[in-house]
Parts: sequence; C-alpha cells; structure tokens
Amino acid sequence: MKPRSKRLMLLGSALTLLVGAVVLVLTAFQQNLVFFHTPTEVAEGKAPIERAFRIGGMVEEGSIKREADGVTVRFAITDTARAIPVAYRGSLPDLFQEGKGAVVQGKLGPDGLFQASEVLAKHDENYMPVEAQYAIDQAHKAAQTVQQ
Amino acid sequence: MIGELGHFALILALVLSLVQAIVPMIGAHRNRISLMAVARPAAQGQLLFLVFAYACLTWAFITSDFSVRLAASHSHTATPLMYKITGVWGNHEGSLLLWAMTLSIWTVAVAIFSRNLPEAFMARVLGVLGWISAGFISFTLFTSNPFARLLPAVAEGRDLNPLLQDPGMIIHPPLLYMGYVGFSVAFAFAIAALLSGRMDAAWARWSRPWTTVAWVFLTAGIAVGSGWAYYELGWGGWWFWDPVENASFMPWLLGTALIHSLAVTEKRGAFRSWTIMLAIGAFSLSLLGTFLVRSGVITSVHAFAVDPARGLYILALLVLVIGISLVLFAWRAPKLAGGGSFDLVSRDSGLLANNVLLAVVTGSVLLGTLYPLFLDALNMGKISVGPPYFEATFVPLMIPVVILMVVAPFIRWKSDTIGRFGRKLAPAMIASVALGAGVAFAVGHVTWRTVLGLSLAAWVLIGSAQLLYTRLAERRGAVAAAKLRGIPAAWWGMWFAHLGIGIFIIGVTMIGSLEAQQDMRMRAGQTTQFAGYTFTFRGVVGVDGPNYEAARATLDVHRGERLITVLTPEKRHYVASQMPMTQVALHIRPLRDLYVSLGDQLEDGSWLVSLHLKPFVSWIWAGCILMGLGGIFAAADRRYRRLAERTLPAGSTSTQTS
Repeated sequence: MKPRSKRLMLLGSALTLLVGAVVLVLTAFQQNLVFFHTPTEVAEGKAPIERAFRIGGMVEEGSIKREADGVTVRFAITDTARAIPVAYRGSLPDLFQEGKGAVVQGKLGPDGLFQASEVLAKHDENYMPVEAQYAIDQAHKAAQTVQQ
Repeated sequence: MIGELGHFALILALVLSLVQAIVPMIGAHRNRISLMAVARPAAQGQLLFLVFAYACLTWAFITSDFSVRLAASHSHTATPLMYKITGVWGNHEGSLLLWAMTLSIWTVAVAIFSRNLPEAFMARVLGVLGWISAGFISFTLFTSNPFARLLPAVAEGRDLNPLLQDPGMIIHPPLLYMGYVGFSVAFAFAIAALLSGRMDAAWARWSRPWTTVAWVFLTAGIAVGSGWAYYELGWGGWWFWDPVENASFMPWLLGTALIHSLAVTEKRGAFRSWTIMLAIGAFSLSLLGTFLVRSGVITSVHAFAVDPARGLYILALLVLVIGISLVLFAWRAPKLAGGGSFDLVSRDSGLLANNVLLAVVTGSVLLGTLYPLFLDALNMGKISVGPPYFEATFVPLMIPVVILMVVAPFIRWKSDTIGRFGRKLAPAMIASVALGAGVAFAVGHVTWRTVLGLSLAAWVLIGSAQLLYTRLAERRGAVAAAKLRGIPAAWWGMWFAHLGIGIFIIGVTMIGSLEAQQDMRMRAGQTTQFAGYTFTFRGVVGVDGPNYEAARATLDVHRGERLITVLTPEKRHYVASQMPMTQVALHIRPLRDLYVSLGDQLEDGSWLVSLHLKPFVSWIWAGCILMGLGGIFAAADRRYRRLAERTLPAGSTSTQTS
C-alpha cells in the first residue's frame, strides 16, 4: 500500500469509529436523560407521565408513614408551596428525615402518586442537595411574585 | 500561636514556589546553570514549609484547639485520635493543603530521582511544577485559609462527618491525591518537552515510570473509594457514576491511554504529539476533578462547602492551564512530527486504536458529567444523567478495547498480517465464547450481558495464559525458572495489569447478574431464609462508642445446621454532629459477600433489616490490586535504573572534555 492510501485508510477507520461513538452517545443521551421538576411543576401537570424524572424539595413534616409490610414508605416532597405524595420500597439513606432536603427519582403514576426508584438525601448535616434548594427557591420566588 | 506559625510557613512556601516557578525557567532559557540550580533547593525548602504547615494544622486537630475554625467544625474532643488526624483532610481547606503538600512531595521526588537528566530540561520540569504549586498554594491562602481563627473559641467541636470516620477514609484521599497530583509530573515533562523541543524516545523513558506510578496511586485510590462506598453508604453499590467518581475515573482512563502511548513513543518514536496531548489532557482532567469536587457545583459526599469564589478560582486555574498548554502545543507540536511509520495492521495501530477508544470513552463520560452542569449554568433546566447513560455508552465502547487489549501483544510492531496472529488466537476466541456461555448456563443466568461479560473475561484470562506460554516457548532449552526470570519486569507489569482487567470483569458481571437483596422487618427470635442461608435475628442491644451511641443487632447465619458467622450490623447516632449512620456487617468469602444493614425500629418494636448477597464482589477489588501490582512491576523495570547508570558516566566525561 502507498503511504497516501495507508493514511486515508487509517483516517477512514478513525472517522468511522468516531461517528459510531457519537451516534451511540447521542442515543444513550436521548433515552436516559432524567429531567428535574419542582413539586409545583408536578402539581400543575407539567411533568411527564410514564417517563422517569426527579423531584427535589423537603420531606414534609409528619408525612413519613410505613405501610404494613414495614418496607414500603410513603412521604410527601414539598417545595413549601405544593406537596407531591411519594411511595418508595427499600432502605432509605441515613440522613433522610422529615423537614430535611431530599431528591427522589422515579415515575409519576396516573393516580398522582410518585413511585420512587431512588431516594437521595444529603450526606452532611450542613449541606442541602442543590436540586432541593433550587425547588424551594423557585417556590419562594413564585410566592413573592404573587404577593406583589 | 501554632496556627499563625502554620499560616506563616504556608506564605513562605508560596514565595519559594514562585522562586521555583520563575528563576529556573529564566535559567533554562538563557542557559545559565546558576539560575537553573535554584530549582532543587527551592523545591526542597517548599516541601519543608508545607510539611511544617500541615503538621501545625494536624496539631490543632489533635489538641482540639477549637480556636482554629477548621478544627472546630471538623473535630471533637471525643473523636478517636486516628480520625482527628485524618479529619485534617476531611474538609475543603485541609484537603487543599494536602494537595499542595502532595505536589511538593512529587516535586522533590522528581528532583531526587532524576539527577541524571539534562540540567536545562530538569529546570523546566521543576519550573512548571512550581507554577502549579504557586497556583494551588495561593488558592489555599486567598480563598480557603485552613488556619483561619474562630474567636472566641468554642468549647466543643462539631465533629467530623461520621461517613468519613472509617478506615477507608484514612487512605482513600491521600492515595487519590498522589494519583491526581502525580499526573502533574507527566504534564510538567510534556510542557518541558514542548519548551525545549526535545521529545524523543529518551524523553518517553524518563517520563514513563512517573506516569505509571501516578496511575498506580490513582488506581488504588479509586478502588479504595469504591470499597468505602460499598460498605459505608449502606446500600451495597460499588460504583454509582456519581460526578465525583467520574472526576477521578476520567484522568484514570486518559492516564491509561497515556501509559500505552508512552510505550509506543519509547519503543518506536511514534505518537509524539498524541502522547503530549494525552499528558496535558490527563492533568487537565485531574484539575477538572478538583474543580468538580471542591466547587460545590454537584451534590455529593465530597462537596464540603459551596463557595462561588473557590469554584471560580479553580475554574480560572483550569482555563489558564489548558489554554497555555494548548497554545504552546499548537506552536511547538509541528516540530515534533516524525517517528517510525507503520502499517494498518501492526501493534502500533492496535495501540493507537485502543488509545482513540479510551479517549472517546473519556469524552463520553465527560459529556455525561458536564452536560447537566452546562444546562444548569445556562438556565436551561435541571437534568441529571444517571448510571443508565454511562452503562449504555461505557460498556459498548469498552468491549473493543478489551478485545484489542488481548490481541495487541500478539501483533508485531510496524507490520503484520491478520492471518498470522488470527490463526494463533482463533482457538482462544472460540474457547472463551464457549466458556462464557457455559459458565452463564451453569450459574443459571443466561442473558446476553452475562454471556458477553463472562466471555470477555475468559478471553482475557485465556489470552493471558497463551501469551505467557508463547513467551516461554520462545526460548527453548532453558529451565522454566530461568525462563521466567528472564522476562523483564515491564512485561510482567503488562501481563498482571491485563489479567487484573479479566478478574475485574468477572466480578462486575457476576455481581450484576446474580446479586440478590431482601428488605424485611424482623423481631427478636425471628428466622428467615435468604439465598440458601438461614438468618436468625437475636435482637438489638445499645452500645456506646467513643463519640456515638449505637443500636447493635445480632444475627446468626446458618447454612443448613452449621453456624457460619454471627453478624452485628449497627445503627449509629453520632452525638456531636447529630447524624445517624448505618454500619453494615459483612461476611466475606472469595465467591460471595453476605451484607447486612440495620434500618429503623418500627412502632411495634420490630426492626427493618436489609439482607444482600453480593456474588464475586471481592473479584472487583482483586482485579484492581492486580492492575496496581502490574503498574508497580512496570515502573520497577530495570531499564529505568540502567538509564541512570548509563547516562551518569557519559555526563561526567562530557564535563571533563568541555
């Protein structure tokens, strides 16, 4: 093979590889992006049905209840304006507590109950999950606009 | 007083780092030996002052001097001594000081072990390291002073985050930092090469052991972190594709590419620009990792504090490093062209393909990690990219890497034919697919993932065995032991590291296919069957630790009639920080872990208990240990030491003649 065609072959295979990788990454992106919604957005019906997304906020005071099996937990996530009921089966993170920030990931059922597949709480007593803080800030902003 | 001494030492270290950054560079440019000679003493003095500053901070923690703000927020009089010492880096400011000190240790190590390198080249390497050091010490001093006072002092500290009070935490950060910071040496060698225009096989030989050692530390650091997450976070996962984990994994991926690219540069003089680019990339990703972890832009156990000024400072540093390196690269790299030519089918192309794939994988991880941050920064909505994305991209991209990894050592340098090594490897390929499918069938879990994973693992193991056999068969006549001794350490390094990947894949595949979990409520005396074992819940007693109170459950585990072990998971409550924490109990065996965690007590007096079966999880760590061991062998190869013996007399003769 001539050096010139050799280089073309090399470049060609590298390009094919790159295009393949880009297609792979984009497909994976499209299928697996998880959007974030505040409880207010979910309550207003702005969240998708049958697609996983995240909700962040505070665990509402007095809302944690265990079902008879002891393993399924129900609670509500609130941004202080609206609250969304959540059901979760499994062990909860250590710092999951009422009145503290948490982020849940899962799907919204047709009955308005959010079936969580994952519950994230903060790792540190002084630290609030970014998304939970954001949801509460949004609700406060909205409240202020209404007052004005 | 001690705090002020430490602060002062840190300022002196900054001054020395600036001297080390500027004077030797000028010396190298003007070819003045006296200026270049400043580099070594400046680096040594800097280390002295940094160690002193670090010791001062540690002293404040040990003596519970709560007039030092950092000690007050991250320590407690009742904290065990070990965690008082490690608490120094269990926070933002202290870990930055550790970063700076680690860099200084690397710098002095380079200064000591590279005495035989040309003086001008050495001056440039140390100069570049000086600049990085100046950047980090000033960052520490101006935005995150660890010696800041808290006046009036508080009577009691707030204690270290309980998650960090764990033996894993003692070694994870220093190991990881040694790895991260170690890539700064590879970076400094690359920049020095660009500045001096010297970039040949000898350069690659100087740079290789340093890069490999940094890679070993990074491998160990990531493995320890993964193990810590496995037993400390209480849900038994070993990898979460958390942005912070990705932050350490990306430099590892690119560092792996760099090690292989350096091998080609040393052996064949090829890939020079690519090697330089990878060295710049690996270090930039280390800095990016520091930025992600320390800026508080992501929700993670590592995000200690949210302070925009700090994030901005590291971001500026990152932009500066990448910007300057790329400009220098664009300006100088065209001079580096050259090296041996090679055919499409050759070991050179095989390694190139693996390199490109590893770079693409790094890119896909980078995209998944940064994309949510970009969207957020541009106010275009909040999203998260979870494990499904990373698995969907990482796994398919790594399959060809693993296949090629086994093939490449069988291919000849420069030119080969597919038929030659294909015939050699065909039996191994058929055997590994059969073995993969067979084992999947035997364990009763025939899915394409399991079959694929096990086949790949078998491919690596069989391929490694064949490679060793081929190597030994090359020298006929000699005794087996003599043959084994005749193989250079670097070859063993490659062999062990590749074998480690195979072992690692077995662990990942088996745990992904066969792990089982059962969450249930249990009361004293209750018995349950899980995964072929009988668990008897004996009840819960209160236990007092040094700085926590715990509820400790006792579970007897039987297999048939035989008592295998007694597990005692705990639910701890740390008094000072008011934080609850789950302490899991493990029963570790080569083929599986039993993993039990204790949840909350319910109103009727029963307890939530989580039982997990984790098949082959130890193989994941075993694989990492083999990879690390491989790196150590590779770095210990005699030819790096021979270089020292060879160049020294040559250098002395040249001084005699001049």
